[in-house]
Amino acid sequence: MDFTLSSMLRRKWKNISLIVVYSAIVFMITSVIFFANAIRKEAEAVLQDAPEVVIQKLMAGRHDLIPLTYVEKIMEIRGVRDVEARLWGYYYHQAAGSNYTVMATDDLALKDDEVVIGHGVLRTWGTVREKQLYIRGYDGRLLILKIKDILNADTELFSADLILTTASSFRRIFGVPAGFATDLAVRIRNLNECQTIAEKIVGIFPDTRPVLREEILRTYRSLFDWRSGYVLVLLSGAVLAFLIFAWDKATGLSGEEKSEIGILKALGWDTSDILLLKFWEGSVICLTAFFIGVLGAYVHVFFTRASLFEHALKGWAVLYPLFRLKPEINFYQLSVVFALTVFPYVLITIVPAWRVSTTDPDAVMRQG
Amino acid sequence: MRKSTTYLIFIAACITLLGFLLWVHPHFNANYFENSIRKKQQLVKMLGITDMCLFTEARYTRHLSQADHFAAFQDSPMAFEHFPSGSLTLPPLRFRK
Repeated sequence: MDFTLSSMLRRKWKNISLIVVYSAIVFMITSVIFFANAIRKEAEAVLQDAPEVVIQKLMAGRHDLIPLTYVEKIMEIRGVRDVEARLWGYYYHQAAGSNYTVMATDDLALKDDEVVIGHGVLRTWGTVREKQLYIRGYDGRLLILKIKDILNADTELFSADLILTTASSFRRIFGVPAGFATDLAVRIRNLNECQTIAEKIVGIFPDTRPVLREEILRTYRSLFDWRSGYVLVLLSGAVLAFLIFAWDKATGLSGEEKSEIGILKALGWDTSDILLLKFWEGSVICLTAFFIGVLGAYVHVFFTRASLFEHALKGWAVLYPLFRLKPEINFYQLSVVFALTVFPYVLITIVPAWRVSTTDPDAVMRQG
Repeated sequence: MRKSTTYLIFIAACITLLGFLLWVHPHFNANYFENSIRKKQQLVKMLGITDMCLFTEARYTRHLSQADHFAAFQDSPMAFEHFPSGSLTLPPLRFRK
């Protein structure tokens, strides 16, 4: 290994640049894996308490308001524990250029002119005066709502853009008529009966669509599926560029490297010794790149909140939640990254060296 | 010191650090994360929340699981995906079957 390292130091900048680029590739791929895995675990843990079934009404394929008369019929279905009419919608605040989710709730003992908001609302609203929000209703009337409380900052990943108000305030803001709701949240006693009950609901109300909790969880399990989407497109360009660079470096041995092999052969080194030398050379580069990349990715995702991804995730949005992810590592994926980082590069380093080392040393030295 | 010794110390340090980060570091703030998840669970249960607040630029990315067929094409029938987060996320599962 001493000889390998000395040999590599003779081509210091070439090898350093290779390690830097390789580390960057590993860093990007591992960051995506860590981030996606942590977000998925978080979603699975938290959304376990989402409603078992959400019933939406459709009209001409579009989401429509659902009549409250549907509640009674759904409650009569055996196995249904509770049906809650949900009122929620989107409010676009022009001054901030941001969308907010307004929800009605009876659980916070709010008066009609009071709201509870998420931290993201406070950060981005822009026109908060003396702890009041000014909201323009559907009819152009201005509503002044007092901020009674702010939701816990630890819940920002789920509550950053929330504005919680009473049902009558909600109807004043959006003009949703009495007797209608946005959708219905159905709680079911036996979770194994969710699909059956959902089918019964659709049988009674063919103009509805059920969204099961299992579908919600599976949606988030496949979120950030890094095998699709523009993450892969971005990475594929970088990976392809790196592969071309690495292949060129590994397969096209320079004259200096060829003559080095020829000299070693002339000095009595066996082919197996040369291959071992090249094996160590490849291993040093990929192991160094792997550790730098993975350690950097861990720090990036779990210490700096994946700050490099923030722009991509935020897109054109004004509001972006501040959150810390619990370190959750999928060792299978990490071992796949290790295998893909180490073995192919070592292989493409050894193969051309084998070709040169089986050639007559005299001819090799003359070529170099 | 020999170069190989230096390199092996470097690798050993990396392995130790990686092992520490993977197996020990998660326990440092375990209480904080447990409390944090519990608070989120309480909020989700109380309000019946169905989606994360990660992509707030469009309604079909804000509530990924609740979007209907028309939400993504709200601007025009041939509207290609123009929100960056729409490129990152996939449609709800039932639309992909």
